[in-house]
Amino acid sequence: MKSTEDRILLAHGSGGRLSHELVQKSLVPSWSNPVLNRLDDAAVFKLSGRLAFTTDSYVVSPIFFPGGDIGKLSICGTVNDLAMCGAQPLYFSVALIIEEGFRLAELERIVTSIKEATEEAGVEIVTGDTKVVPRGSADKLFINTAGVGLIPEGVDISGSNARPGDKILLSGTIGEHGLAVMSQRESLEFKIPIQSDCAPLNKLVVDMLAASPEIHCLRDPTRGGLATTLNELATQSKVGMRIDEENIPLQEAVRATCELLGFDPLYVANEGKLVAILPPTDAERVLNQMRQNCYGREGAIIGEVVEQHPGRVVMRTRLGTSRLIDMLSGDLLPRIC
Amino acid sequence: MKFIDEYCNVELSQRLVERIRHKSAREVRLMEFCGGHTHAILRYGIRQLLPPTVEMLSGPGCPVCVTANADLDKAIALSGLPGVILASFGDMLRIPGSYSSLQKAKAEGADIRIVYSAMDALRLARENPHRSIIFLGIGFEATAPTIAASILEAEGERIDNYYVFSIHKLCPPVIRALLQSGEVKLDGIVCPGHVSAIIGSQPYEFIAKEYGIACAVAGFEPLDILLSIDMLLAQIESGKPEVEIAYRRGVRPEGNLRAQEIMGQVFETCPATWRGIGEVPQSGLRLRQEYQRFDTEKAFYVDPGPPREARGCLCGDILRGVKWPSDCRLFGQVCTPEHPVGPCMVSSEGSCAAYYQYQSHEAALSK
Repeated sequence: MKSTEDRILLAHGSGGRLSHELVQKSLVPSWSNPVLNRLDDAAVFKLSGRLAFTTDSYVVSPIFFPGGDIGKLSICGTVNDLAMCGAQPLYFSVALIIEEGFRLAELERIVTSIKEATEEAGVEIVTGDTKVVPRGSADKLFINTAGVGLIPEGVDISGSNARPGDKILLSGTIGEHGLAVMSQRESLEFKIPIQSDCAPLNKLVVDMLAASPEIHCLRDPTRGGLATTLNELATQSKVGMRIDEENIPLQEAVRATCELLGFDPLYVANEGKLVAILPPTDAERVLNQMRQNCYGREGAIIGEVVEQHPGRVVMRTRLGTSRLIDMLSGDLLPRIC
Repeated sequence: MKFIDEYCNVELSQRLVERIRHKSAREVRLMEFCGGHTHAILRYGIRQLLPPTVEMLSGPGCPVCVTANADLDKAIALSGLPGVILASFGDMLRIPGSYSSLQKAKAEGADIRIVYSAMDALRLARENPHRSIIFLGIGFEATAPTIAASILEAEGERIDNYYVFSIHKLCPPVIRALLQSGEVKLDGIVCPGHVSAIIGSQPYEFIAKEYGIACAVAGFEPLDILLSIDMLLAQIESGKPEVEIAYRRGVRPEGNLRAQEIMGQVFETCPATWRGIGEVPQSGLRLRQEYQRFDTEKAFYVDPGPPREARGCLCGDILRGVKWPSDCRLFGQVCTPEHPVGPCMVSSEGSCAAYYQYQSHEAALSK
C-alpha cells in the first residue's frame, strides 16, 4: 500500500519507467488474466458468433459516491449496454485519463473496485491505456471502457421491437443513483440514506431470457431516467405507452427527497435498473424469474404498449387522472420555493 | 409515505370532487397564484376532475419568471466580475436575459455555483476567503427569511466576503396591483402555500374585504388544492368572501412570527419591478442600512446595458393572467424548454413549462 501522500505525476504518463511501473504494479496484477498479461500492443482472442460492441466514457463527479465509485460505474455501465442488446459481455478495454496530482491510494481503490465489478459480471479486461494530463486539464479521473459480447442464437432485442399489447416491466425502484451522486456534489451536500443502485445486470438478463427468449426490448434507464427511456422506446418503435404511477417501485427516501427538492423521480438517473418490453403471455413468467435475481427483487409490471398516440408516454396518476410523460429537457435543477 | 400519501388519497379526493361538482352552480374563474400550484394541478391532472364551470387561471407566483430582465442582466454582469463566485438557485441558470443567461455566462468562464439555500452560499464564503461570494437572493416571502438568517450569521462570524443581490418580491402587494388594474375578473384566489407559512393568512384579508374576492390558502398536494377549490366555491355560492386556510398543517393566520422578525430585522420594503407588471410599490425587499455592507448594490458596480424584451414573448401577459400559454405564437414552436424564449418556459414553476410538459399534446392523448 502506498502512503496517502503518494500522487500521480506527469511522468506516470510519459511512457517511460514510471508508466511501466504504474501499469505493472498497480493495474495488471489486479486485473490479471492470460490475454491481458501478455502486454502486447493489442489484445488477441477468438470469438465467433453475433457480436455486440459498445463504448462509454465516465466522468462522474464526485468519483466516490454512496454505493459505488467511478470504477464500478465504468464496468457496470458498459456491461449493461451490452446486456441491453441481449449480449453476454466478455472482453473489455479500460482507458484511464488521470489528472496530475491524483492520489495513488485513491487510484488503487478504484482499480480494486473495477476488479470486483469485472468479477461479478464475469468479464475480463484484456487491454487498456493510461494517460496523465496536467492539473486542471481533467477533473481527477476520467475512465473510458469498451466491451464486446456475444449474442446468443434466437435473441433479437432492439428498441424498435415494441408491439401494441406488450407489457412493460421495470426491474426495481428508481432514482437512487442520481440522488446518491447529487447528494455529494459541492454546495449541494445533504444527508440522505440513499445509495447508488450501480450494478451489472447481465446475469439478470440471462435469467430473464431463460424465462422467455421473446423479450422485444431491453434498456437501462440511466441519464434522463425512466421517463426518457420510455419515450426513446416509444419513438423508436412508433408505438404509444401507458404506465401506472401506482405500480412504479420507489423507495420512500427517494420519494421524500424528490418531493423536497422538486424533482420528479421519473427523470432521475439509475445505474442498476432495466426496462423490458415483452409479449403479455410471457410477462408474469419473466417477472417471477426477475424477482429471483437480487437485482430484480422489486421488479414490477408498470404498464403496456398501445397503438394510440405513437411516440408518447401517458401515465395514469394516483388520482386516476392521466398525464403526459415527456422526455427530460435540460438539466435536472432544484427548484427554489 | 407519511404526510404525502394522505394528501394524495384517491377516495378522499373523489369525495371532494363530488362535493365540488355538487356545489358548482355557475361559471367561476379562480386564479392559482403560485406556479407550484399550477404545476401540481397539471401534474396530477386536477383540471380533468373539475366541472367545466370552474376555470383555473395561473398567476404571477413564479419568482424566477417575474424577475425583470434588468435584474437578470445585472446578475449575469456580476458573475463576470473578477474574483466573484455567484451562487444561485438552479432555476435561474437557464432563464434568458436580454443578451445572455447565467448558463451561458458559466460556459464562458464565470464561476457560478448552484446552491439549495443561502446557507450553502455562506459556506462557500467561508471556504473561499479570497473570493467574493454573491448570492442571488430571489424568491418570495418563503425564501427571504433564510437569506436574512444567512446575513445575520455572516455578521456574527464577521464574514466579509459574502454579499446578497436582493431581488426578492412580496406577494400581497402584487395581488393588490393585479386587482387594482381590473384587467382580470376573478371570483376567487388560491393563495400561496409556502409564502403563507411565513406571512400567515391575514395579509390577504384586503382581497376579500376590498375586492369581494374569495380566498383560500392551499398546500401543494392534490387534496390541499381540491379542498381550497371547495372552500372557494362555498364562499362564492354563499356570497361571503373571506380568507380560509386549506393548509392548516402548514399555515397559521398570524404566520411564522420568528421568521417575520428576522426578515424585518434585515430587510425593508422597496418598490420592485415585475416582469409584465412593471413597478409595484412596497413589493420588493432591500437590505436595511445596518446591513448594507452585504449589499451588492453598494459593493459592486456593473452596467449590463439597457434591458431588452424578446419579441413576441407573452410571458408578461401570461403572468398577469390575461393570456394563456397557448395564446403565445412562440409556445411549443420557437419557445420550448430546450430553447426557451421567455422565463415561463424554463422555470419549474413557470406556466408555459407546466402546460408544455403536461398538456401540450392533450389533443393527441384524447384520441
